[in-house]
Amino acid sequence: MHMLEVKDIHKSYGDLEVLKGISFSMNKGETAVIIGTSGTGKSTLLRCINQLHPPDKGEIWLDGVNITDPKIDINKIRQKIGFVFQEFNLFNHLTALRNVSIGLEKVKGFTKEKAEKKAIEELKRVGLKDQAKQYPAQLSGGQKQRVGIARALAMDPTIILFDEPTSALDPELIGDVLDVMKSLAHKVAMLVVTHEMGFARNVADEIIFMEGGVIVESGPPKQMFQNPKKARTKEFLGRISTLYGKD
Amino acid sequence: MLEILANSLPQLAEGLKTTIGLTVLSLILGTILGIFLAVIRIYGKFPLPYLIIFYERVFRGIPLIVIFFLFYFGLSLQIGLNIDPFTAAIFGLGLRGAAYQAQIFRSAINSIPEGQMVAARSLGMSKLSAIRNIILPQMLRLSVPGWSNEFTIVLKDTSIAFSIGVIELMRQGRYIYVNNPDYVLPVFLFIALIYFIMVISANKTLSYLEKKYKMSGFEIGVER
Repeated sequence: MHMLEVKDIHKSYGDLEVLKGISFSMNKGETAVIIGTSGTGKSTLLRCINQLHPPDKGEIWLDGVNITDPKIDINKIRQKIGFVFQEFNLFNHLTALRNVSIGLEKVKGFTKEKAEKKAIEELKRVGLKDQAKQYPAQLSGGQKQRVGIARALAMDPTIILFDEPTSALDPELIGDVLDVMKSLAHKVAMLVVTHEMGFARNVADEIIFMEGGVIVESGPPKQMFQNPKKARTKEFLGRISTLYGKD
Repeated sequence: MLEILANSLPQLAEGLKTTIGLTVLSLILGTILGIFLAVIRIYGKFPLPYLIIFYERVFRGIPLIVIFFLFYFGLSLQIGLNIDPFTAAIFGLGLRGAAYQAQIFRSAINSIPEGQMVAARSLGMSKLSAIRNIILPQMLRLSVPGWSNEFTIVLKDTSIAFSIGVIELMRQGRYIYVNNPDYVLPVFLFIALIYFIMVISANKTLSYLEKKYKMSGFEIGVER
């Protein structure tokens, strides 16, 4: 049984059909990278998976549970699905530490002390123990994003969804965030929307190429980069490699 | 003249106490109700937001003195609810204040980036928990400037409670000049000064609090 199974997901906003039947699956601890041009529904797909925007049609199964079932307690399910945002979305009024601990406290019912102890551990893991008392506005973009990752990690999720986690960062800050993500590989499943081809090539177990609301092609990085089956995949990867570098 | 002012000090202090009581109690009522109205107007299910819009329109559309007369002479005396003028004034000021404060809180909530709510929900917080733990603390900080404006309006408008017989600062002033008709001007200049000092010191205190509790390094718009 797959850990995550996405079955024939459709999603429209008004007359615009953004997702036109997406199906794929992921195993425990696997890293999958979704690539594709802007506006092809990559972010929408992530938001469908954690039901921030519930899909119109199709099913999503996580650990053998149909999480698109309307009867399900979605707040319970979301604890198992971490989300890391392009714009970080750290809680502006809370320190880095409280950003990480608040979910443990208010969602998982930890005591404040226990929550903060775990939060410190998570901040250590992303290399930001010294920034624990700082507010988001006092952190650099790369630091903010690492707090965002720590916040997601703290909930002990089965999978973390990354929505272009490095797109809002200065080039020199991207490396720190990618390093943290790399260190998580095979410890927690990651589904990553990104244009970082180096990360896709080196860390991903599976690359999913989306265009126009459908999956054009998917496969392991080696196959996708060296022998793509579809001409469109080849063209896209060729163009993006020129833009973002081969590695 | 100074003698008359000095002699009337205990009486004015009495009135001042009532004025402060009116201000504090009606602000508490207005703030709590205003927060509820703002939150329900933004996050509530149909038809609640429309009921709140209606409430806001009504209380913002009627002069305070008319609200006072409706509450005291209408509801209390004619319908027989038997509430004293002081209580009627608190409800009048509080319910009207809630309508204005709801606007202050609503615009504060609207200026919080949408991602804050999205991030809270994606952690598994219920909508209610996200509102309480993420939205409200930010809303309160962002509301201080608007709220301090409302504070001074309420403080000054307590003087209108004079009209339904609340014995507050204005009414005490009237008692004094009725007995000393030659000193109308100095008496009311003195009363004006008291209001002025209270408003200025309230503003100073609130802007101090605003600085103290502002989100460190956070300014509206910087994040977007």
